[in-house]
Amino acid sequence: MSAAATDPNALSIFRKLPQEFGIALVLVGIALVFEALGWIFVGQSFILNQRRLVIMILQMSIIGIVAVGVTQVIIMAGIDLSGGSVLGFAGLVAASLAQTSDYARAVYPNLTDLPVIVPVLAGIAIGGVLGFINGGLIALTRIPPFIATLGMLVAARGLCRWYTSGAQVSFFTDDFAVIGSGLSPVFIFLAVTLLFHILLRYTIYGRRTYAIGSNEEAARVAGIDVSRHKMLVYTLAGGLYGLAGIVITSRVLTAQSGTGIMYELDAISAVVIGGTSLFGGKGRMTGTLIGVLILGVITSGFIFLRVDLYYVNIVKGALIVVVVIADTLRNKRKSKQ
Amino acid sequence: MAHEPAKIILKTEGLTKHYGGVHALEDANFTLCADEHVAIVGDNGAGKSTFVRQITGVELPTSGNIYFDGELVHFTSPLDARNAGIESVYQNLALANDLDVPANIFLGREETYFNLGPFSFLNERKMLRRSLEVLARTGVKIPDLKIQMGSMSGGQRQCVAISRSASFASKLIIMDEPTAALGVQETTQVEQIIRNLKSNGIPLIMVSHNLRQVFNLVDKIWVFRQGRIVGEVETAKTDGNEIVSLITGVKQGVHEQASYI
Repeated sequence: MSAAATDPNALSIFRKLPQEFGIALVLVGIALVFEALGWIFVGQSFILNQRRLVIMILQMSIIGIVAVGVTQVIIMAGIDLSGGSVLGFAGLVAASLAQTSDYARAVYPNLTDLPVIVPVLAGIAIGGVLGFINGGLIALTRIPPFIATLGMLVAARGLCRWYTSGAQVSFFTDDFAVIGSGLSPVFIFLAVTLLFHILLRYTIYGRRTYAIGSNEEAARVAGIDVSRHKMLVYTLAGGLYGLAGIVITSRVLTAQSGTGIMYELDAISAVVIGGTSLFGGKGRMTGTLIGVLILGVITSGFIFLRVDLYYVNIVKGALIVVVVIADTLRNKRKSKQ
Repeated sequence: MAHEPAKIILKTEGLTKHYGGVHALEDANFTLCADEHVAIVGDNGAGKSTFVRQITGVELPTSGNIYFDGELVHFTSPLDARNAGIESVYQNLALANDLDVPANIFLGREETYFNLGPFSFLNERKMLRRSLEVLARTGVKIPDLKIQMGSMSGGQRQCVAISRSASFASKLIIMDEPTAALGVQETTQVEQIIRNLKSNGIPLIMVSHNLRQVFNLVDKIWVFRQGRIVGEVETAKTDGNEIVSLITGVKQGVHEQASYI
């Protein structure tokens, strides 16, 4: 036993600092490294460039909304690989209901100029339904979440291609185009993060999500309807993917069958980097928020340094593996106690 | 003696459980009074756990009746038994290690401010206050209730698990080997909690291999052997020798100072 372990006061100082503090330090550290490299190789500041920061945050907002949904699933000791595909399909469906009558070849010629609430609700509902199917498969058939959502990843992408036979959908009503314009994706991301932070931290919903992730058997014995709760969590996650699909469709003013490919992996990376344990029971929205920013800074930093994008992916991949190794070691130490 | 017999809280008649051809439990007639602490002892495979599984609704009996609190009951799930007032403390500590003490005590029956279904806001203050009351009543001392369950000792966690069972006005607590995984000091701690349950008038059925513990804690010992109840003896009127011969079915040969007593 070391001296530090015997002195409870020395440890409690570290224990009182939230885990997010460490992750935030990593974020600042990475940003400073790019700042230094920026002055050496590019001759300008990385951080003090408002335009770059805005672009970075805008790009990460979509991933961020998906990551919020993934965070609660991972806290429940689940996993959801279907985010990108569900986002793509929900975006397409919303797009097809958001077209203006000025365009002669709308997907539904009789359903143009609808009030903006229709495509928005349709997109979120489609996401929710696909999420509900995920949750239902996992809860009722007891297949691993990895398999169920992998199935959805492939199937929902198939739905995307089937829906418009691969054609793009564009020409939206002005109201729909407003959703993703300017900085609104950032505000939507922050609002969603805040909402789910409150749900996880202050409601029965959150308490039971953590309980199931921590010890599913204990939750069941305590009288929690675990199956129903799982379906609810995956359904809400799906709804968030749907919302992300609406925002990105409105942002780029086009829906394609390929929108959102690989987004789920970026979202899962952000969640794990943000300190949410893949073993379940641990994690917070604030961590995910910082995790999303770390991912954004890395991507944006490499572009800033004019490094090829495949190096970015190599670094991101390595970072995820390192974070998961740390998580695994931490978990092993805990279970040894 | 002019002793008024206490109300019978649990009674089984001819309780039988067969797993295919295996007669795990045969014609068990068991009674428990409302102020009684009893132990169930027996060798491995004697039917102790099978018996407990029938009365906690984990399994359905092959035949026989269970009367709880004066009524004939048919539990089809552990939740049924729990709603009727039977709380179980599981050997594997059914606690969520990432949650704190109040969250664990109130798991599945959280206190809320107003009912919005699953989105109801938790009344953490009320749960903390009631947790403190419950722990004080059962005599459990935990320095800081807001730390995670996982960073506590096994004894502390078992004490919290027992307090949780005791906290919901339960009519009967069933413990399966409550100290099997604990050290000496922690065992003492848990035994004290069990004594406090007795003074609070909560009846208890304890499955235990530890005869010293059984003699220290309970009023009556039920001995199971090969799926049958072979003995019902009051702790005060027996000794380790008699219990061991009932458990093994061997009348003699157990030395006075048998080490496991």
